[in-house]
Amino acid sequence: MVVWLKRGLGLALLLLALWGMDTAATNYLEPTYYTLLVNIGRFVILAVSLNLINGITGQFSLGHMAFFALGGYAAAVVTKMVGHRLFGPVPSVSEGIPAFWYAWFAGSLLFGGLVAAVVGLAVGLPTLRLRGDYLAIVTLGMGEIVNIVIQNQEWIGGALGFADLPLFVRPGTGIFWIYLVAVATVLAIRNITQTTHGRALMAIREDEVAAQAMGVNVVRYKVLAFMVGAFFAGIAGGLYAHQQGIITPRDASFVRSIEIVVMVALGGSGSITGSILAAAILTALPEFLREAVGRLPYEQQEGARQLIEQLQMVIYALLLIVLMLVRPQGLLGARELSLRNLLRRRKPRSAPEPSG
Amino acid sequence: MAHLELDKATIRFGGLTAVSEVDLEVRPGELVGLIGPNGAGKTTVFNLITGVYAPSAGEIRFEGRPIQGLPPHRIAALGIARTFQNIHLFQSLSVLDNVRVGRHVRARSSLLQGLFLTRGSLGDEAEIEAASRRLLNVFALEDEWNWRAGSLPYGDQRRLEIARALATEPRLLLLDEPAAGTNPQEKDALMQLIRRVRTEFGVSVLLIEHDMQVVMGICERIYVLDYGKVIAVGRPEEIRNDPRVIEAYLGEAV
Repeated sequence: MVVWLKRGLGLALLLLALWGMDTAATNYLEPTYYTLLVNIGRFVILAVSLNLINGITGQFSLGHMAFFALGGYAAAVVTKMVGHRLFGPVPSVSEGIPAFWYAWFAGSLLFGGLVAAVVGLAVGLPTLRLRGDYLAIVTLGMGEIVNIVIQNQEWIGGALGFADLPLFVRPGTGIFWIYLVAVATVLAIRNITQTTHGRALMAIREDEVAAQAMGVNVVRYKVLAFMVGAFFAGIAGGLYAHQQGIITPRDASFVRSIEIVVMVALGGSGSITGSILAAAILTALPEFLREAVGRLPYEQQEGARQLIEQLQMVIYALLLIVLMLVRPQGLLGARELSLRNLLRRRKPRSAPEPSG
Repeated sequence: MAHLELDKATIRFGGLTAVSEVDLEVRPGELVGLIGPNGAGKTTVFNLITGVYAPSAGEIRFEGRPIQGLPPHRIAALGIARTFQNIHLFQSLSVLDNVRVGRHVRARSSLLQGLFLTRGSLGDEAEIEAASRRLLNVFALEDEWNWRAGSLPYGDQRRLEIARALATEPRLLLLDEPAAGTNPQEKDALMQLIRRVRTEFGVSVLLIEHDMQVVMGICERIYVLDYGKVIAVGRPEEIRNDPRVIEAYLGEAV
């Protein structure tokens, strides 16, 4: 019971700290930077949850954003349609949104995560039985299927996207919500890796034949990892929908998923802190580029902006190629960044490299 | 009652009958050898027992219960563990983690409990770690617990594989060429280790081996396989003098 008391206290402190950070950031940061922080948090959730599938379990999913979009749409349906019907329209921000709406929003996020996880189960069950690259092919297709199916659903906005969603995630609340989920994602996935279940996942990555000979139910664990990853991606989608006020079918597309794959590869497959780091870098970088463009003479700005936009995917591709050549294991490899590791003296060269 | 029983176990891959009507039994606590020329189907027999393949015909019973067709993880849970001819360690995991994966099958806490690191999960983890470290001690690998498994010397990797298999708490241990690539001193140590494992862990052992010194030295009974068929069964001295075995495999008396 003491453990749970401590954890309850920890949670209370976390909520307080997040609220404090949010208030400080709202008052002292420019809105662009506030948004940047929120965006970083979102990509941390996405990268860390994809890392569970691609890095820790060693599968290769190219459809993470499909879960993101599914979760976003599902949450939006709960707030905008169901919530509207039950409680009337959400008051605008200037009128003040009553607290119960936030509880409803939290519920909608969970629902979005669950929808994503159930779809993950449906997609994963048949495909994760197969070996090799089938998952990559199927998940690649899944993103496009979700994209196209939603385009044809007029009741949720069709191709134009599901718009006019209540803005629960905005300056004053955004950092609180996003980082609450980010912390939950990181903790959940770190906890898994520290238990026998996480080791089962890593065993699958290392050697499937040996893993099943040791009693690991390979299919079950692959599907579980896929579902947990999808769950958190779905929640991220719900947050995003209520940050932008709109979610579109294009958010499910494979091109967007690649961004997350790059983050996981850059940070180091299997390293949670690596994913966090890479998510922060790859989200902040374009923002600072945009800022640099703003300093250019006015006539050149538009051209530079277009150039960056067009080059973005090329840059990602180049980054990946260079990474694979120079440091295929990613920035951190499978290691974790921690104070203890940083403080520990480096071992002499002759000693074998410890793992982990 | 036999511990493990193969009753006319057969597997065909297309037109090839890799294992043909093999009758084989391992009694509780017994140390049994499985020998034969390359391609005789020895490893395929292991793969049948451990559920990698389901037999095309025949029955496989473990402790009286039919197990053919069960998936490998179920068979591991029932109490059959194995090592591999070409080592299959979890290369980039630590030595300790390799053994801890072996304990996975005996863990009781659910993924959800792990997610919240509940008391059940933490208790499980403590138990897994303690048992794994005990095993590392038995195999004299305790100082290397934090090494990458892939960076261990070859002989240590072989021993780690046995330790990992024992972590699943098997009652039957299948060793696929444990002496492959070991030098004469290591060979003696290995023979002692296998004997010790059998008594200390109370397992029966079925082992595939090409090294006659090892097979003849520790096995109580030996099965000889050739072209997927059992051509001889018996005590080491009987096998050594069996003309069919000499013709098919041994070549001359050893």
